Amino acid sequence: MVTDAGTIQYGRKQGRAWSIAATVPDPELPFISIGELGILRDVEVDGNLAVAKIAPTYFGCPALVAIELAVAEALERSGFRVRIERVIEPPWTTDWISDSGRSKLLAHGIAPPAGSDAPLCGLFEAFLPECPNCGNGDTQRISEFGATPCKALYRCRACAEPFEYFKKL
Amino acid sequence: MERECFFQSLLELADDHLILGHRLSEWCGHAPLLEEDLAMPNLALDLIGISRELYQRACELDDQDRSEDDLAFLRGEREFRNCLLAERPNGDFACTMLRQLYFAVFMEKYWAAAAISNDQGVRGIALKAINAMKYHVRHSAEWVIRLGDGTSESATRMAAAVDELHIFTAELFLSSEAASRCEEAGLLPGRAALRPAWELVIGQIFEQATLSIPGDSLALSGGREGRHDECLGFLLAEMQFLQRSEPGVQW
Repeated sequence: MVTDAGTIQYGRKQGRAWSIAATVPDPELPFISIGELGILRDVEVDGNLAVAKIAPTYFGCPALVAIELAVAEALERSGFRVRIERVIEPPWTTDWISDSGRSKLLAHGIAPPAGSDAPLCGLFEAFLPECPNCGNGDTQRISEFGATPCKALYRCRACAEPFEYFKKL
Repeated sequence: MERECFFQSLLELADDHLILGHRLSEWCGHAPLLEEDLAMPNLALDLIGISRELYQRACELDDQDRSEDDLAFLRGEREFRNCLLAERPNGDFACTMLRQLYFAVFMEKYWAAAAISNDQGVRGIALKAINAMKYHVRHSAEWVIRLGDGTSESATRMAAAVDELHIFTAELFLSSEAASRCEEAGLLPGRAALRPAWELVIGQIFEQATLSIPGDSLALSGGREGRHDECLGFLLAEMQFLQRSEPGVQW
C-alpha cells in the first residue's frame, strides 16, 4: 500500500533494483535471465544498499559465482551498494523456471524440464522429452549427463536431430 | 559440547562426499566411453558441491575458525573422517559403479530423512541432495544391472566387485559418538534405521543384475576414527599438493 512519498520512493527504488538484477543473463544460457530461471528470490533495498538474494541451482555449478558477480556489478553500475545473500531454503528446483523461461529454452532448441508432477527419475522408468525441433515424442536418451550440470543429451528418432534437455531437479 | 559434536558430524559427511568425489574425478579422461567421461565428472561435481556446502556449514561452528579450504586441504589422513567405502580405489569400472551404487542408495535415504532436521543449513542441503542422489542411483544401478547380467566377463567382474566392496557397507550404518549425539538432538538422521530400506533397494537391483548379496561377512570400519587404508594418503597427496606447496594460493 502506497501511503506517503517515502514509501513511493522506496517501492520504486526496490522495483528498479529488482529489474536490474532480474534481467542479468545466465552465463551458460545467455538468452534467458536469472529472473526467468527463478534463481533471483528477492532484492531488498535499504537506502542505497541493495541485498540480492540468490538461490544456488545445481550442486557445484560454477555458474553461481559468475551470476553473483554479474548481479553485483549490474547493481553497482546503477549506484547501489550491494550485498549478495544465498538462499538455500526452500531450495531451487526446475519448477522455479517461469513460463517465459521455458518458452525461451524451447525456442533455443533445449527441451524444458518436465513439470512437477513428472517422476524425477525413477530407477527403471525413463522420461522422454519431446523433440524441441520437430515436437515429436519419439526420442531417445544418449547421455544422462551433458556439458553442464543442468543438461542431458537426447536424440529425436523422427527428425534425427540430437538435442539437449534441461534436467528436472 | 553439542556444537563440537555437530561440527564433527558435518565433517564426517563432508569428507565422505569430498573423498568419493575426488575418486570419481580420477576417471576424467580415462572413462571407457565418452558418455561416461561426461557422467563421472558430473557425479563428482555433485559430490564435491555437496561437500562444499557441508564444510561451509561446519566452518560456522568451528572453534578454530578454519575455512572450507583449510578443512579440505590442510588436514592429514588421520584427521579425515570419511567412511572407508568412499576412499576405496576406483579399480575397474564395475568396482566404481558398485561403490557409487552402495553410497548413493544410502545417501538418498539419508538426505530424505535429513529433510526434517532441526538445522536449517542441513535441511537446505538435504532437500537438494535427495534429487542429486536419485540421478546417482539410477546411473550406477543401470550399470550394475547391465554388467551383472551381461557377458561372462562383465558378470565375473561385477561379482568380484561385490566380493571386494561389500565388507565396507556396514560402516555406513554406524554412527560415531558425535553423530549419535546429533541424532538424539534431531540435527541428523539415525544411520542404523536406514539399513532395511537400503538392503531392500540393493536386493532389488542385485536380483535384476543376477548378483547375490554376500551373507554375514567381515565388516570393516574405522574411518570415523581416522583409521584409514593406506590408499587415502596417496589420494590426499594428489588432492592437497597445491595448497601444501603454495600455502594460501587462490584462484
